[in-house]
Amino acid sequence: MALKMVKGSIDRMFDKNLQDLVRGIRNHKEDEAKYISQCIDEIKQELKQDNIAVKANAVCKLTYLQMLGYDISWAAFNIIEVMSASKFTFKRIGYLAASQSFHEGTDVIMLTTNQIRKDLSSPSQYDTGVALTGLSCFVTPDLARDLANDIMTLMSHTKPYIRKKAVLIMYKVFLKYPESLRPAFPRLKEKLEDPDPGVQSAAVNVICELARRNPKNYLSLAPLFFKLMTSSTNNWVLIKIIKLFGALTPLEPRLGKKLIEPLTNLIHSTSAMSLLYECVNTVIAVLISLSSGMPNHSASIQLCVQKLRILIEDSDQNLKYLGLLAMSKILKTHPKSVQSHKDLILQCLDDKDESIRLRALDLLYGMVSKKNLMEIVKKLMTHVDKAEGTTYRDELLTKIIDICSQSNYQYITNFEWYISILVELTRLEGTRHGHLIAAQMLDVAIRVKAIRKFAVSQMSALLDSAHLLASSTQRNGICEVLYAAAWICGEFSEHLQEPHHTLEAMLRPRVTTLPGHIQAVYVQNVVKLYASILQQKEQAGEAEGAQAVTQLMVDRLPQFVQSADLEVQERASCILQLVKHIQKLQAKDVPVAEEVSALFAGELNPVAPKAQKKVPVPEGLDLDAWINEPLSDSESEDERPRAVFHEEEQRRPKHRPSEADEEELARRREARKQEQANNPFYIKSSPSPQKRYQDTPGVEHIPVVQIDLSVPLKVPGLPMSDQYVKLEEERRHRQKLEKDKRRKKRKEKEKKGKRRHSSLPTESDEDIAPAQQVDIVTEEMPENALPSDEDDKDPNDPYRALDIDLDKPLADSEKLPIQKHRNTETSKSPEKDVPMVEKKSKKPKKKEKKHKEKERDKEKRKEKEKKAEDLDFWLSTTPPPAPAPAPVPSTDECEDAKTEAQGEEDDAEGQDQDKKSPKPKKKKHRKEKEERTKGKKKSKKQPPGSEEAAGEPVQNGAPEEEQLPPESSYSLLAENSYVKMTCDIRGSLQEDSQVTVAIVLENRSSSILKGMELSVLDSLNARMARPQGSSVHDGVPVPFQLPPGVSNEAQYVFTIQSIVMAQKLKGTLSFIAKNDEGATHEKLDFRLHFSCSSYLITTPCYSDAFAKLLESGDLSMSSVKVDGIRMSFQNLLAKICFHHHFSVVERVDSCASMYSRSIQGHHVCLLVKKGENSVSVDGKCSDSTLLSNLLEEMKATLAKC
Amino acid sequence: MIQAILVFNNHGKPRLVRFYQRFPEEIQQQIVRETFHLVLKRDDNICNFLEGGSLIGGSDYKLIYRHYATLYFVFCVDSSESELGILDLIQVFVETLDKCFENVCELDLIFHMDKVHYILQEVVMGGMVLETNMNEIVAQIEAQNRLEKSEDQVLG
Repeated sequence: MALKMVKGSIDRMFDKNLQDLVRGIRNHKEDEAKYISQCIDEIKQELKQDNIAVKANAVCKLTYLQMLGYDISWAAFNIIEVMSASKFTFKRIGYLAASQSFHEGTDVIMLTTNQIRKDLSSPSQYDTGVALTGLSCFVTPDLARDLANDIMTLMSHTKPYIRKKAVLIMYKVFLKYPESLRPAFPRLKEKLEDPDPGVQSAAVNVICELARRNPKNYLSLAPLFFKLMTSSTNNWVLIKIIKLFGALTPLEPRLGKKLIEPLTNLIHSTSAMSLLYECVNTVIAVLISLSSGMPNHSASIQLCVQKLRILIEDSDQNLKYLGLLAMSKILKTHPKSVQSHKDLILQCLDDKDESIRLRALDLLYGMVSKKNLMEIVKKLMTHVDKAEGTTYRDELLTKIIDICSQSNYQYITNFEWYISILVELTRLEGTRHGHLIAAQMLDVAIRVKAIRKFAVSQMSALLDSAHLLASSTQRNGICEVLYAAAWICGEFSEHLQEPHHTLEAMLRPRVTTLPGHIQAVYVQNVVKLYASILQQKEQAGEAEGAQAVTQLMVDRLPQFVQSADLEVQERASCILQLVKHIQKLQAKDVPVAEEVSALFAGELNPVAPKAQKKVPVPEGLDLDAWINEPLSDSESEDERPRAVFHEEEQRRPKHRPSEADEEELARRREARKQEQANNPFYIKSSPSPQKRYQDTPGVEHIPVVQIDLSVPLKVPGLPMSDQYVKLEEERRHRQKLEKDKRRKKRKEKEKKGKRRHSSLPTESDEDIAPAQQVDIVTEEMPENALPSDEDDKDPNDPYRALDIDLDKPLADSEKLPIQKHRNTETSKSPEKDVPMVEKKSKKPKKKEKKHKEKERDKEKRKEKEKKAEDLDFWLSTTPPPAPAPAPVPSTDECEDAKTEAQGEEDDAEGQDQDKKSPKPKKKKHRKEKEERTKGKKKSKKQPPGSEEAAGEPVQNGAPEEEQLPPESSYSLLAENSYVKMTCDIRGSLQEDSQVTVAIVLENRSSSILKGMELSVLDSLNARMARPQGSSVHDGVPVPFQLPPGVSNEAQYVFTIQSIVMAQKLKGTLSFIAKNDEGATHEKLDFRLHFSCSSYLITTPCYSDAFAKLLESGDLSMSSVKVDGIRMSFQNLLAKICFHHHFSVVERVDSCASMYSRSIQGHHVCLLVKKGENSVSVDGKCSDSTLLSNLLEEMKATLAKC
Repeated sequence: MIQAILVFNNHGKPRLVRFYQRFPEEIQQQIVRETFHLVLKRDDNICNFLEGGSLIGGSDYKLIYRHYATLYFVFCVDSSESELGILDLIQVFVETLDKCFENVCELDLIFHMDKVHYILQEVVMGGMVLETNMNEIVAQIEAQNRLEKSEDQVLG
């Protein structure tokens, strides 16, 4: 042993250490690769030795090589060996190598679980620290799940050094194992108030990262953060918190109001630029969220803009950059306050720093208006000429196009000017954005009908000019514009002045040097051009001219037939044959023009890029359904294993198709027609009156084409956009004069030039009417297109999984898995103790601790819930809404319940008829009278199987008939002096995740209430079904108005994902109360409580089916007992039936079995026993959480009895 | 979140490469090269922020760097980090290096890459800022060095 040690250290002396390796590499500059491969061989030898020191040294060298780009994944196992060394020195080397090279794909990573767990619980804080650091870099979902609990324990470690690391790493754990978020969150929150500033900062850091992705779940922490913000002096923490508030304010405007003051104070007081900057940023965010109706915040905006101006004018380039960045945020909501600094921003365009120029460009984008567009673009064009470096020039180019085309060309008053700008841009050398210019040309020419004539003349000039062709081979970017030019000239050939000339230009031999796809367009459009020339000539009776054109085609087309590009070749040979055929006909003096132009009849309409996606799926068409049922191996296999009841299996016969068949088909046919009509690629049966234009005014503004030979770069025949600037100014001036005159003349006619439907002119803009009477054709969308934008969401967003409601109480199933320790085995052979990943049953030793933890958690939770409710109070300046009192149970209610229960029982055999009616059963209690009689009648025809069950309620219902006014299941939601809201929540069996919330609004005031809107803050689990197209933050209108004293009911559907837990949603009813004195805006906050019982649907059940269900054994069990109950057993049962939607299956003496079913098909069975003064309820349910929550609710009900 | 921390010299030789998101080695090298070319052509008197572009992550990411004598320190961060804050953090990191190596120079980084990593680990962990107080950082590093030394003595 001792000898081995000695031998080992001798070996070590001869080994290269890291420094030797580095030195060696530096001395072998010529053959570095060779030298390194030699070193790697040595390292491989070293790794084979037993001595851990040698191994560690080798791994250390590997880490260096990894930095140089060498893959060291082959040594992963050796790295693990070094990680498991007992000495910190080696362990650290191992973990460093692992953190640099391990990733989710490293297969041996699962061998590390136990080693890491051992290190985490090591008595040395640095062992733990190094393990945490390493793990933070290579944590995988498996590791996260297995170690989450260990790390959570470390969050309460005695050493702040460990605590802060444990807190930070939790973020990584959450990302990989989102289930851990809810159990760990209370402790994380606790760390916000840790005595150690480092730990506090880490907790802030983690929560900020979490909240940044899913801010709404962290709103309830706002008061805590607010406190931290006003108390903390650590700038780093302050910055994080202020950034977080920036993310929260959009969700809660009231928060913003509260923030403005302390933030403004900070802005004035702080000397740290970083903090000042973040404060300004958040104030901006607040102002954005408050944007409307806040006149007194103009001071804040001014303060921000003023501070930013100071930043921008600073000599420090960093501050300048950030100032511009923040300015662009203000611009979005308060463009006016930024526009006054236009001088400063244009000045930044001249800055030597590209980043700053780019930021300034961004700002310009938002600053344009109809008035200054031409001026700004002119400025940009001069920059394009000056710019060195293609990237910046390309950026300028895209910006020019962006600026001009933004919001549907809103700011362009003169499209001739725009076209000439585009044409000027084609002179840019070496740009990558030819296709962008081309797309703009096409778009403008297609959508602005009035400009086509001008566009065609410009495009033909482009086709004619040689400069684009000449450059096509070297600089492939810009020749893309020829694609557009060729197409425009072809498609709108009737506007060409010299079609023959253009035709020849397009048939030049040089064209064949263009890329294939452009040639293909050339070929196709040559024919269009040819067709229109042919028509002209024939109409003019120039048969010879027509034949000459044909001859030209026949002569020149073969050059395309020889093309190597398949598309070009195919089109060319096809067309060549066609033309040859025409030639033959022409020789016989047959008029052909009509037929040739018929080839291109019809007009192409622009279609929105997302149109296809937005075609709504017709009702009744299920795209996921099988067209042909797949062959199943065994028919007997039960597709719905939970369905135990006979009726249930029959309950879902395929009803729908047959009833809808006829209309369905007709409707689809209609829809198809409709769609075809809208689809430009369908040639309509009746050719549309093609290419007819309303008129083309503004012709007088087309300038005489100038040929400026003094500037060599300028393409002859292309007008300079500058002329338009002048012309436009003159025109505007003239227009203004005219308008003034007109205004005097006919003031009563309020027909101001609102000819452009797409623009939203500001008041100053409105004065400027566009030069051409422009009709911007909007892009077509399918009928009833879905306006949703969900296609923008990335389904693979890793942060989506962390969108978790943190205010919900923790369920047992959510506890972090705790694994058994098995760390006593030798760490030499880690394969042996590969941890099993499945959730092991909890170790008894830990149970106690765990229990305590649970208790603690519970307390925390309570506290937190309280706090969440406090948020409203904290935020609101008005007193918080009165809590909705729980419905006071009274005997009359029981009576109702009984009758209802009876009704339900009776309905059992009525199921067959009722099966499909989606009418919620609960409605029945309102028509209880009729229900009652009906029930009695029906009860006579009970099937023998359910005699007992049916007999019971009748018996029950008999005695206490001394009823008070009928009580309803509607519970009070909220009320104020204007309105009282009561609501009832009903599940429906048809939709397994939907409940209908019926809200009755009663007007108690003397005003008329209108414009009522309901906005509900969705949670992860419960969402309000909103009309298509409205966002989560939009309110949903109430479909009626309420005159004084009137009440009405509105129903809203909510989609619930998991029904096993009760759920609270906050909401606000906003309305306008109008009376003789005037109208006021009012608000009423409420809190919708979805109890678990509201997800149950009273479902009758026969005793034999019930027995079968109990026998099946896949139900979990739980029970409660309530003491001090004096109510009679019948009444108790009735109460349970009514409030919790159960039905009695069987009753024997003081013992009854009851059944209900949730909207998602959970079975709930109860055995209710009455003792002397107590009631015990044993429940069985297919979901244990649901059951325990239900029993809790039931306990609360019974406790009131 | 910090996505990557790169240190390289005026010739683009990497001295420290720390990614907090997995990239294969060859991509890492490519990113180092591209980043080097991006910052190299920038004058010292222009701003220290660069839009990351195609490098890592996309538009949400920024390169924030500082140039000290022969070395560039580049942090690639997303929008949750304060730009000026990160600049300060780079300063803290460099000052810590200076304290630990006693007048740090490029050679220290060349020959002690592992130590530089250990120092960085006390400043940034898993892409998140762990500690910004220099005294605390130095204290922890020295404690670990002492631990290492004591182990060395046991080894003999």
